[in-house]
Amino acid sequence: MTPPAAGADAKPLVLLSQPSDSGLTPVMEGQFRFVLAADADAATAAEARVLFVPGLRPVTADLIDRLPALELVSTISVGLDHVDLDACRRRGITVTNAGATFSVDSADYVVGLVVAVLRRVAAADAHLRRGSWATDGDYPLATKVSGKRVGIVGLGSIGSLVARRLAAFGCPVAYHSRAPKLPPCPYTFFPTVRALAADSDVLVLACALTEETRRVVDREVMEALGAGGVLVNVGRGGLVDEPELVRCLREGVIGGAGLDVFENEPDLPVELLDMDNVVLSSHKAVATVESIRGVLHTVSGNLEAFFAGRPLLSPVAL
Amino acid sequence: MASAATGAAKPGLLLLRRTDATFIAALRARFRVHDFYASGAALPDYLTAAAAEPDPPRTALVVAGGAILVDAAFLDAVPSVGCVVTTGAGVDHVDLAQCARRGAGEIFSVDVADHAVGLLIGVLRRVAAADRYVRAGLWPAQGDYPLTTKLSGKRVGIIGLGSIGSQIAKRLQAFGCAISYHSREPKAFAPYRYLPDAHALAADSDALIVACALNDATRRIVGRCVLDALGPNGVLVNIARGVNVDEQELVAALQEGRIAGAGLDVFQNEPHVPPELRDMDNVVLTAHEAVFTEESRANLQELMIGNLEAFFSGKPLLTPVLPP
Repeated sequence: MTPPAAGADAKPLVLLSQPSDSGLTPVMEGQFRFVLAADADAATAAEARVLFVPGLRPVTADLIDRLPALELVSTISVGLDHVDLDACRRRGITVTNAGATFSVDSADYVVGLVVAVLRRVAAADAHLRRGSWATDGDYPLATKVSGKRVGIVGLGSIGSLVARRLAAFGCPVAYHSRAPKLPPCPYTFFPTVRALAADSDVLVLACALTEETRRVVDREVMEALGAGGVLVNVGRGGLVDEPELVRCLREGVIGGAGLDVFENEPDLPVELLDMDNVVLSSHKAVATVESIRGVLHTVSGNLEAFFAGRPLLSPVAL
Repeated sequence: MASAATGAAKPGLLLLRRTDATFIAALRARFRVHDFYASGAALPDYLTAAAAEPDPPRTALVVAGGAILVDAAFLDAVPSVGCVVTTGAGVDHVDLAQCARRGAGEIFSVDVADHAVGLLIGVLRRVAAADRYVRAGLWPAQGDYPLTTKLSGKRVGIIGLGSIGSQIAKRLQAFGCAISYHSREPKAFAPYRYLPDAHALAADSDALIVACALNDATRRIVGRCVLDALGPNGVLVNIARGVNVDEQELVAALQEGRIAGAGLDVFQNEPHVPPELRDMDNVVLTAHEAVFTEESRANLQELMIGNLEAFFSGKPLLTPVLPP
């Protein structure tokens, strides 16, 4: 901890890019002085070395450039598509994210969505709650999970945990990544998303949203995935051509989808609300009590390390 | 192997389950089928008529969960029956002691294990509840769905470590869950911790999964004591039989928050689901479908025929059930 200057507040200043969605820990509030960037006066803005991003609202070049002393941007999320990384690079600003804190819960949720879509769990549950089992009889047959070919786009920390889980269901796993992983990676590499989709029954999106990956799932990829295929997205809505996805679901070009993220949250295409071959979710794949506690711990660890001049816990290579 | 030369050369089969046209055709190609449901006869008359034939049937194809019990009365009515082939993991509808000198085939499916894990994730992570939330337009209106709880690393207790229980354990191990189990006896090669009774297992588990057969020892094996031992942060998953759980106690425990949630594929009185459950967000309800997928139905049919053919050619059955 930096020693307090005489007469000054002992706690180091941290600007908030937006109000915090998940609250701040009492520990953090005890250690740092948080000020909302929009409320900061000129002196505070000039002094701020750290910007904490406790949500997904955009962190623009404009905001970054109003903070001349800024050295660190620390996000609560794994994804950084809402942060102007070019501006950070230009200014030599370090960025930390959630690291691997969310990976396990995201991977668990992917499996939950895969089973829910293929086995129609959510739809069956709704069927029973309406009292339809007694009146209309059994819900239509679903399809097996075990043995389905799983293709994962992005074999990072989330993707590799998904792979391990679905492999235990007896699913053969393949992936696409910017480059093949070194041996002993047991999964088959495909050089393009389209080729991966053509060889998959379930296509899981677990990669970051960047300029290269924006709308990487387009009509061509969905046609390759095929009428029996299922798309599961816990990455970012922007990875998928959303209007095209709706058309492909409606036309039976693909068989179903499990969607945790959308292009324009919390709004989503109304056509999806009536489809029973999709499972919808409110961007909550990461959202467990345990992971939120964990990520706040990661953030406070990064902030402490920064102010103490120690190595950061989860810096991101820009 | 049954000859297809003349109808009389085909071995007889009592068919006591509803099925589809494809399967009936496959059976008729190989066997002389006595179709109970098509006959419209009462069971005793149907059995007597079959037994009175010059070459009475030596096999019966039945199904779990149906009304027909293969008990002493059944077997006395058709003493020629030497092989009972059933589907559904349970054999509570077949009196195994009575069948002791005869072979019985039983099958299971990895689909049940897949479904059990899906129910567990569904309860803990509120997958179906979030789907309803979004469809009701509550995301823009009320904001994010509340936080749920992590699955990975939770302590899982499995009641019944047969084929289904083992497949469930294998999947949940990949989630880093600590697996314990209770069974009639410890399994020699199971790499999981054994507890001597369901109460002790529940006390030491965050999630309790019922995957055992239904018999006298397991009827209501999950009752008030076990539910209280599971506790207010614990969840129950039942993919066995509704009657393995005391359903009234379960409903009360859920209503009173004495357990945290439940994933249920089976109920005491299907297709009736206790109405109190229908409004709960911390339960997931499915219509006894854990085993039923398009693929498993096709596999089941192949396996049933395989067992029958093995019996008639004097070969070992594919999936025999050992008598108790």
